[in-house]
Amino acid sequence: MLKLVLQRMMFLTSCLLILFVLIAQTRAQVHSDQISAAALPPPARLTVDFNRDIAPILEERCLGCHGSVQQLSGLRLDNPADALKGGYSGPAIVPGNSRESKLIHMVAGLKKGMVLPLGGERLSPRQVGILRAWIDQGARWSEVTIDKRQIEENQRQRTNRKHWALSPPRRPTLPKVKNALWARNPIDAFVLARLESAGISPSPEADRANLVRRLSLDLTGLPPTLEEVSEFLADKRPDAYERLVDHLLASPHYGEKWARHWMDLAHYADSDGYWDDHLRPHAWRWRHWVVDAMNRNMPFDQFTIEQLAGDLLPDGRLDQKVATGFLRNTLTNTEGGVKKEEFRVEQIVDRTSTVGQVWLGLTVGCARCHDHKFDPISQKEFYQLFAFFDTTTEVNIEAPLQEEMGPFLRRKPEYDRKRKALLAEYGVKELQSEWEKKTLDAATNSQASFEWRLSWEILGLHTLHGQDYLRFDPNRRTQKQEDLLTDHFVKWYNLVVTKQRIDELKFEELDGKLEKLAEQFPLLTEAQVIAENPVPPKTHILIRGDYLQPGTEVQPGAPAVLNPLENSPKATRLTLARWLVSPANPLTARVTVNRMWQEFFGYGLVESSGDFGTRADRPSHPKLLDWLATEFVRNQWNVKKMHKLIVQSATYRQSSKARKDLQGRDPYNRLLARQNRLRLSAEAVRDTTLAVSGLLNLSIGGKSVRPPVPPGGYTKTGIRWKEDEGPDRYRRGLYIFFQRTSPYPQLMSFDAPDSLQVCTRRERSSTPIQALNLLNDPVFFEAAQALAVRILREKPTKWSDQLDYAFRLCLGRTPRSAEFQRLADYFGREKERLLRDPVVAEQRFPAKGMENVNVTEAAAWTTLSSVLLNLDEFVTRR
Amino acid sequence: MDFGDFRRTHGRRAFLQRFAGGLGTVGLWHLLSVDGFADSPDSLAGWNPLEPKKPHFTPRAKNVIFLFIEGGPSQLDLFDPKPEMKKWDGKPLPESMTQNLQLAFIKPTAQVWASPRIFTQHGDSGMDFSDWLPHLSSCADDICMIRSMVTEQFNHSTGQLMMSCGTPLVGRPSMGAWTTYGLGSESQNLPGYVVLGKATAAGSGIWSNGFLQSSYQGVPFRDKGDPVLYLSNPMGITQEAQHDRIKAIRDLGEIDYIETGDMEIAARMASYELAFRMQTASPELMDFSKESKDTLEMYGVNREPTHEFASKCLLARRMVERGVRFVQLISSGWDHHSDLNKNLKKNCDINDQPTAALLKDLKQRGLLDSTLVIWGGEFGRTPMIEDRKPIEQGSVGRDHHPFGFTMWMAGGGVKGGQVLGKTDDLGFHVVEDKIHVHDLHATILHCLGLNHEHLTFRHQGRNFRLTDVAGQVVHKLLA
Repeated sequence: MLKLVLQRMMFLTSCLLILFVLIAQTRAQVHSDQISAAALPPPARLTVDFNRDIAPILEERCLGCHGSVQQLSGLRLDNPADALKGGYSGPAIVPGNSRESKLIHMVAGLKKGMVLPLGGERLSPRQVGILRAWIDQGARWSEVTIDKRQIEENQRQRTNRKHWALSPPRRPTLPKVKNALWARNPIDAFVLARLESAGISPSPEADRANLVRRLSLDLTGLPPTLEEVSEFLADKRPDAYERLVDHLLASPHYGEKWARHWMDLAHYADSDGYWDDHLRPHAWRWRHWVVDAMNRNMPFDQFTIEQLAGDLLPDGRLDQKVATGFLRNTLTNTEGGVKKEEFRVEQIVDRTSTVGQVWLGLTVGCARCHDHKFDPISQKEFYQLFAFFDTTTEVNIEAPLQEEMGPFLRRKPEYDRKRKALLAEYGVKELQSEWEKKTLDAATNSQASFEWRLSWEILGLHTLHGQDYLRFDPNRRTQKQEDLLTDHFVKWYNLVVTKQRIDELKFEELDGKLEKLAEQFPLLTEAQVIAENPVPPKTHILIRGDYLQPGTEVQPGAPAVLNPLENSPKATRLTLARWLVSPANPLTARVTVNRMWQEFFGYGLVESSGDFGTRADRPSHPKLLDWLATEFVRNQWNVKKMHKLIVQSATYRQSSKARKDLQGRDPYNRLLARQNRLRLSAEAVRDTTLAVSGLLNLSIGGKSVRPPVPPGGYTKTGIRWKEDEGPDRYRRGLYIFFQRTSPYPQLMSFDAPDSLQVCTRRERSSTPIQALNLLNDPVFFEAAQALAVRILREKPTKWSDQLDYAFRLCLGRTPRSAEFQRLADYFGREKERLLRDPVVAEQRFPAKGMENVNVTEAAAWTTLSSVLLNLDEFVTRR
Repeated sequence: MDFGDFRRTHGRRAFLQRFAGGLGTVGLWHLLSVDGFADSPDSLAGWNPLEPKKPHFTPRAKNVIFLFIEGGPSQLDLFDPKPEMKKWDGKPLPESMTQNLQLAFIKPTAQVWASPRIFTQHGDSGMDFSDWLPHLSSCADDICMIRSMVTEQFNHSTGQLMMSCGTPLVGRPSMGAWTTYGLGSESQNLPGYVVLGKATAAGSGIWSNGFLQSSYQGVPFRDKGDPVLYLSNPMGITQEAQHDRIKAIRDLGEIDYIETGDMEIAARMASYELAFRMQTASPELMDFSKESKDTLEMYGVNREPTHEFASKCLLARRMVERGVRFVQLISSGWDHHSDLNKNLKKNCDINDQPTAALLKDLKQRGLLDSTLVIWGGEFGRTPMIEDRKPIEQGSVGRDHHPFGFTMWMAGGGVKGGQVLGKTDDLGFHVVEDKIHVHDLHATILHCLGLNHEHLTFRHQGRNFRLTDVAGQVVHKLLA
C-alpha cells in the first residue's frame, strides 16, 4: 500500500512540477503576445475624412460581424459610443494611439493565427495605415451614423423570420379527418390528417400479444409476464387496453425504465472520468431519487426545479437537495498537475450546456468561444447562463435512506469508541496538529519547502473542501470534517516525512485498520449535491472560451430571444429553473414531449431531439408537436398522463409491419402510417433475457452492482472490480456500475451512451460484436441454461408443449407451424449430436446437484433457448 | 465450415451478380428479393456500414498501423540529438528562457540534463538515432522523422485524447473511427478498426466512435486467449453446434422476415454471419504456425523481452494483410519521470526490434507502400531534469513536454529518409516547420485519400471533423 502511495506521490510530484512550468510558460506566452508594434504599417500621411476614408472600410469589411445584426466578441463599430466602449476583451480603439489599439493589431495580423477580417482578402497596408491615421488623429466620427438603413432592414428581417421553435406554441385546432372512427384521441386527428392528405391509410392495430409486449417494454423496460399476457388476451372488457396501461404505469419498474432515459441526459456515471477516474460511491443516491420521482409521477416542472435548484427552495428538504445530484454528473479531472480552475470552468460549461440541451433543446455550448453561428445566442448570453452555475460548489451530504437510521444510531457509539482508541494507540493527534499547522502555513508562505506545499496541494486535489476544513478552527469542525482530515493525514503524512518514519509510526497498518473499521460500521449513505458558494466568484466572459482570458463581467440572465426572466433583485438557479418551466418558455414543453414521442416511436417529431435551433430538422407534424406541448402544460406537467395519452392513441397501437406501398413514398415512416420496430436498448436486452430465464433480480433502487465482466472486458489497465457473487449480479442493467474509462462491455456493444456528455438519442446499431455477445457471453449463456431448466421444470410434458411454453415466455406468442418444423429439426439434430457425445452434453449443461434433470435434454434445450434469445424478434420491440 | 448449403439453395443469382465471397450478403439479398422489398442487389448499398467506400481522391495508403507510444517517449534520448546541451548540462535554463517564468514550487533553476546517449547517423540519409535503437536505425531510409511536433495538452488523458481524437474533450470519434467511417473496410471477416493493447489514461475514449455509429468503434484485440470479446464458444458448444445454432437463428429470421418484411431483420442476420466468420477467421489470424522461422526470429516472437510486443506487431501485419483498415497498437509505460536511464532502455529493448521488423516485413511483402505506419506518443519530455531527491535517491527522469517532440511515419506515401522540423539547441521550442497534431491528422487523412475538411459528420447542429477547425496537410512529408 505504502509503495503504491509513494509511487503515486512520485507521479503527482512530477505532474505538479510540470504544472508550474506550464503556468510559467503560459504566462510567458501571454507576454510575448504583447505585440511589437514595429511590424505595423506606418500611419498614412493624410488628414482623415471619416466619411471619405473610414466609413467605406468599416462598412465593407467590419460591420458584417460588428454591426447592428451581430456583435461578435461584443464589439460594435457602427456608432461612436459602442465602438469606443470596445468588446469583451476590452477597448478596441485607443483614440490618439493606434499602436496600442487592438483593432489595428487584429487587422494587421500581429496576433498569431488570427487576422481580421475573417473572410475575403486582408486589408492592405495602405488601408491599415489609414485606420491608424484616423485613430492617431482622435478617431473622430461624422455626424451621420453609417449603418442606419441597414439597421432598419435587419430589424425587420429579424422579427419576420423568427425561428418557429422560438415562438411559444399555440394550441392548434384539431384538423378534420374523413376516417373519424379511426381516431381514438386528438393525436390521431393530426396524424391521420397528414396521412389522408398524402392518400395513405394507416396500418391496422397490432395483435393483442404484440400490444402487451410493446406496452410492457415501452413503459417498464421489461417483457410482460405469462400472467400479464394471458390476462390481457382473455380480458374482453372494452377498456382492457386502458386497464393494462394503468397497471403498467403503476408498476414500480416504470420508474426504472424512465430513470434510465433521464440518466442518458444527465450523463450519469459512477466514476469521475479522465486519468484517475476516481469512483463515486455515492452517485447512485441521485439515481435512487430519480427512480422514486418517476414512480411518484412528480410533475415535470417540480422535477426540473428540484434538480436544478432544490437546495435553494424555501423548505429545502433533504430529498430536494439530493435532487441537485443531477448537476454532479459532470466529469472531474484530478490527474496530478491539472489546473483546478480550468476543470472547474469545464464543469460549469458542461452544466450550462447540459441544461441548454436538455430543457431548451439548444446547443448553447457552441456559444462558449464565439457567438452561436446559427442560433440567436451570443457569447455573452452563454456566459449569462453560465453565471447561474458559476456560483455553485460541490458538497457531499448525508442522505440516509429510511431504513438506515435505526441501525446506524445503535452502532455509532461503538464505532466512535473504537476509532478513537485506534487513533490514540498510534499517537495521531499531536502529529496531526503539527502537520495541520505546517500544511496550512505552506498555503500562503512562498518560502515553505516543496514537501509542505505539495502536502497542501494534495489535500486540495484529493478531498472535497479539505483545504477549507483545515482553515477552520479545529474546535469548530464537525465530526465528519475532522474525520476527513484525519483520514487524509494518515494516508498522506508520508509526503513530508521519510519512509523510515512512516514505518516507525506504522501508519500503513493504521490506515488499513481504519478502512476495515469503516467497512464494519458502514456510515450513512451520502449524496453528491450542489450548493451555493459562500464566496461566489464574479463571472466574466471568457475570451475564446479560455479561462485564462477573462473579458467583461456578466450577470446571470436569459437569452434575449426567449421569454424574459421573472423579475427579482437577484437571479439565482431557482429563477432559472422557474423560467425554464414557465408556460411562456417556447422550448421546454416542446423539447420534452418530443423526447417522449421519441421513446414511443423511435424518432421524435423533431428528429434532432437535441437540437431545436435553426439547423434542426423540421418537425414532421408541427401542429401535433404544439398540441402535445400545450397539453403537457395544461395538465400541470403530468408525465404519466402524457405517456398514457400517447400509448392510447390509435397511432401508437398500429402494427409495425413493413408495407410495400410505403417503400417509395415514406421510406423512413415519418408520416407514421405504421409503428416502428425498435431494437431494445442495451439495458433492456439484458433485462429481458434475465427476466424470461427467471434469473432477474427485481429489487428496486440502491447501490450500483458489479456483474461478472468477461475475460478481456476491462479496457483500462489496473481496473478490475470485485464482482458481485449473489443475486446482485442479476440486477437490471440501469444499476450496473458505470466506470467511465472502462464501461461494462455489453452496455457498450449495444449502444449505451458513454456518459461523457448529454445523450438525447441513442443509436440502434446491428453489429457482429452484438451477435457474439448474445451467443457467447457467459451471462447470456447462463440465461439460456436457466431458461432450459425453467422450461423442463415447469412443463415436464411433451416437446411441443415445451416449445409452445418457451415461445410464450420469450415472445409472448405461440410458434407458427414453419417455426415449429424448423426448430423440431434443429432440436432433433442437437439431441442426436449430444447422444453421440455425452461429454459435450455435460460441459454444456453441468447439472451439478440438480435432481431429475436429463442432461441431454437440458443441454439440447440450452441451445434451443439460446436460439430464441437471439432472435431479432426477441431483441426488438415491435 | 461455411454457409455453403444455404448458398447453393438460395443465393445463386445474387452470388454470381455481385457478392462473390460475401456469403452473408448473399443470404440477405435473397431474403430481400423474396418478397419484392429489394428489386436488385443495389438496394443493399449502404446496408453494411463497413462496406468499402471510395476515398475523395487517389490515396497513397490503404491501411494504417498507428504505434501509439503511450506516456510520452523522450525524443532527446532517442531521436533528437542536442550536442549544445552538454554545455548547459547541470546548469539552469538560460536566462532568456526563464525571465518570464514564475514558478511556484521549483525554482527556475531546474537544470538542463544533456542526454547521456550516443547518437550516430544511419542510412543514405544519415538520420540520427540513439544507441538504444540499433534495429530501427537500420530502417532510416524508410523513416520520415518529424522533430517539430507540438500539442497544447500536457496531461496524459487529455494529451492522449488530443492525439487520438483531435480534441482534449471526451466523446469524440478517434482517428480510426473517422477512417473507417470514411473508407469502410476491405476485410469481410475481421473488424475494420482493431486496437491492440490497453489504454491507461483516457480509457476506451482513445478508440471511441464518439457520435459516429458503433460499427466504427475500435475493437480491442488481445494477442493471447480470446482475441475479441466473446469470441470463443461457451463450454459444450462445438464449432458444429455453433454453426447449427446460427443456422437455426437464421432459419427463424427468414420466416420472420417473410412475415414482416423488415429489412433490419436481414441486417441482423447478416451480422450473425459476420460474427461466425470472425470466429473462424480469428484463430487463423492468431495462428503464427505458418510464419517462417526467419520471420518469427526477425520480430523476436519467441524470445524475451520482445515476445509480447513482437506478437502484436506481427499480428498488425497479418491484419493489414487481411484488409483491416486501421490498427492502433498501444505500447504503454513510457512516462519516465524517474529512472529514465534504466526504464527507457527497458522499453527500447522490448520495442526496437519488433518495430523495425514490422517495417522490414511490410516492405519485403510489398505492403509498406500501401500501409502508413505512425509512431509517437501524446507529447515528449523536457530537456530539464526531474530529480526526486531526497524522496527517491539517484533517480532522475524528465517531465512532460508538449512544446516540441518527435514522431515518425513510414510507408504509405510519406517520404522516407528525411527529417522534418527542428527544435532549438536545448530542445525546448520548435524553431522550424512546426507541426501541430491537427496538421498530422490532416496529413494522415490525406495519405488515405481523404480531405480532412470534407470528412465530416453532422452532430448537434453542426459538422464535426477530426481536425476540428484547424489542420493543414504537410506536403513536405509526402513522397
